[in-house]
Amino acid sequence: MSVEVGGPAAGRAGGVRGRAVLERVAGSQVVWIALVLAAMLAAFAMLRPHSFATGFNLLNLVSDAAILLLLAVGMTFVIITSGIDLSVGGVLVFSGVTAAKAMGAVGAESGTALWLGPVVAVATGLAWGVLNGAVVAYGRIPALIVTLGTLGMSLGGALLLTGGVDLRASGRLNLGLGLDRDLGVPDIVWISAAVTVALAVLLAQCRFGRHTYAIGSNTEAARRAGVRVERQLVRVYGLAGLLAGLAGYLSLAKYGITGVSAHSTDNLQAIAAVVIGGTSLFGGTGSVLGTVIGVFIPAVLQNGFQILGVRPFWQQVVVGAVLIVAVYLDQWRRRAGDR
Amino acid sequence: MSGERGGAETPLLEARGIVKAYGHVEALRGADFAVHAGEVVALIGDNGAGKSTLTKILSGVERPDAGTILLDGAPVAFDRVERAREAGIETVHQDLALCPQLTPAANFFLGREVLRGGPLGRLGFLDHRAMRERARAECERLGVRLRSDTVPVSTLSGGQRQGVAVARAVAWARRVVFMDEPTAALGVVQTGRVLDLVRRVRDSGVAVVLISHNMQDVKAVSDRIEVLRLGARVARFATARVSMEELVAAMTGATSDAVSDSPSDVSDGAAGRGAEGVRGEAADDAGGEGR
Repeated sequence: MSVEVGGPAAGRAGGVRGRAVLERVAGSQVVWIALVLAAMLAAFAMLRPHSFATGFNLLNLVSDAAILLLLAVGMTFVIITSGIDLSVGGVLVFSGVTAAKAMGAVGAESGTALWLGPVVAVATGLAWGVLNGAVVAYGRIPALIVTLGTLGMSLGGALLLTGGVDLRASGRLNLGLGLDRDLGVPDIVWISAAVTVALAVLLAQCRFGRHTYAIGSNTEAARRAGVRVERQLVRVYGLAGLLAGLAGYLSLAKYGITGVSAHSTDNLQAIAAVVIGGTSLFGGTGSVLGTVIGVFIPAVLQNGFQILGVRPFWQQVVVGAVLIVAVYLDQWRRRAGDR
Repeated sequence: MSGERGGAETPLLEARGIVKAYGHVEALRGADFAVHAGEVVALIGDNGAGKSTLTKILSGVERPDAGTILLDGAPVAFDRVERAREAGIETVHQDLALCPQLTPAANFFLGREVLRGGPLGRLGFLDHRAMRERARAECERLGVRLRSDTVPVSTLSGGQRQGVAVARAVAWARRVVFMDEPTAALGVVQTGRVLDLVRRVRDSGVAVVLISHNMQDVKAVSDRIEVLRLGARVARFATARVSMEELVAAMTGATSDAVSDSPSDVSDGAAGRGAEGVRGEAADDAGGEGR
């Protein structure tokens, strides 16, 4: 109820407003990590102008990051509700396997397979996600445990379905969607970018996003305000699963195999990207833009180190350190905000 | 407003025989409560008397195990928060129930967001500007001034947070506002503002139920007082005709026979204790005898 008496002069009010905006910009982790990413790009470009800063190399970099980006965007929604989804890598693999099986069943090179494959992959991912969300929301079991369980179930299920031997994508898929380009950019990148933009808008501009933030900020307050918390959680985990399913299909197209053993650390990579991007593990804050930058910081480091001839293992060390710094900054800001 | 009320008027919101147990703990054992249009009723009682539980039940947060809730004399079931809100009942919870990372406007409209017109609105797009302007207008109407309405609630002072929570409840309430310890965290000046606000809300025709430990606040702002003890209503008073000692006695049970709510007890008490008991009875039967 305390009254803030504004200065009588409009100019001073404008100054206060300007300073407030400046403070908010400076306090925003997205701005800082964007500067870090820009500095990294500039440094690698100066050190290796003829190999790093080429359209070919940067396109490769983006193309490699596109699939992880889908997982990380879904993870952003989940973490904003103060949840976690460890199952994304397993769901990705499982969805790729069911898509490959379904496509094989109708004739892998047939036209039917080309629309059946993505539908099956996305539906499979959605089903895993809804399972996660329902158990978290209605069973009231911690998300860490639920998604650890479904990670094991989906990876194990994929191994059971394949007998431990990777399924191959049809040539038509691998040589088609896997290689197709528009305006010189791979179609997989276009798809990932379009989905990312749509979900950034959903989070920032729509009721879906507002309720997602509210649940992570204060679940009980959201419930008392009339937000249907359980239903929203099912939707958020369902979205993360759906994106993992789509990622599974794109991965099948790009690499030509289901990669049953290649995705066991996808969840940690996605979580690292989200957290580096300024989304708080405690929920309530975060953005898709931050996550995009958070995906590219490890990707640029890896690519740059390879070109510089630094042993690529250093990338893991550096990303780990960046992750800890990012969480430290978040905690520090929280304490400052809770004065 | 309260002076004009006829004695036989049906309460706006009434609870009869509410029972609520949490495991083996009986929070409410047949509690009664009534609030009439345009009055401020203080709901007082010692710790554990059941004030917060009764508030939660009457605002739809919790469901009673037994008992009836009457709205304008007709039974209603507040099985979800939305039901109570549709009936025009809002609550300022003791913990304020704000989302600290959201802006005041976002908190204001949480659960009833304003969407844009046209196809974008059907897709769930928020009308940020409409919500910001309406929230600001409501806050100003109630004398809550915010330096900026684009910063999260966590950056506001305790008093400002309280102001946002109260303004939100008052803006949406059409019939009754419950305020659970609205002055507990506030200084003298801010408390005065909240009490002014309570009077203004009452004068706008919305009934206020004030849950408070602070007897000064209760005496200053309420028209009537209902006392809970051990999960049941033990007394009702007209604020103007009750002393602090009587209130404390009713809360602690020291003279519960004198001011007890059930008719037989009241007559016993009146016979035994004279004027004090009669005074309690007069307030008790306000509904029947007019005031």
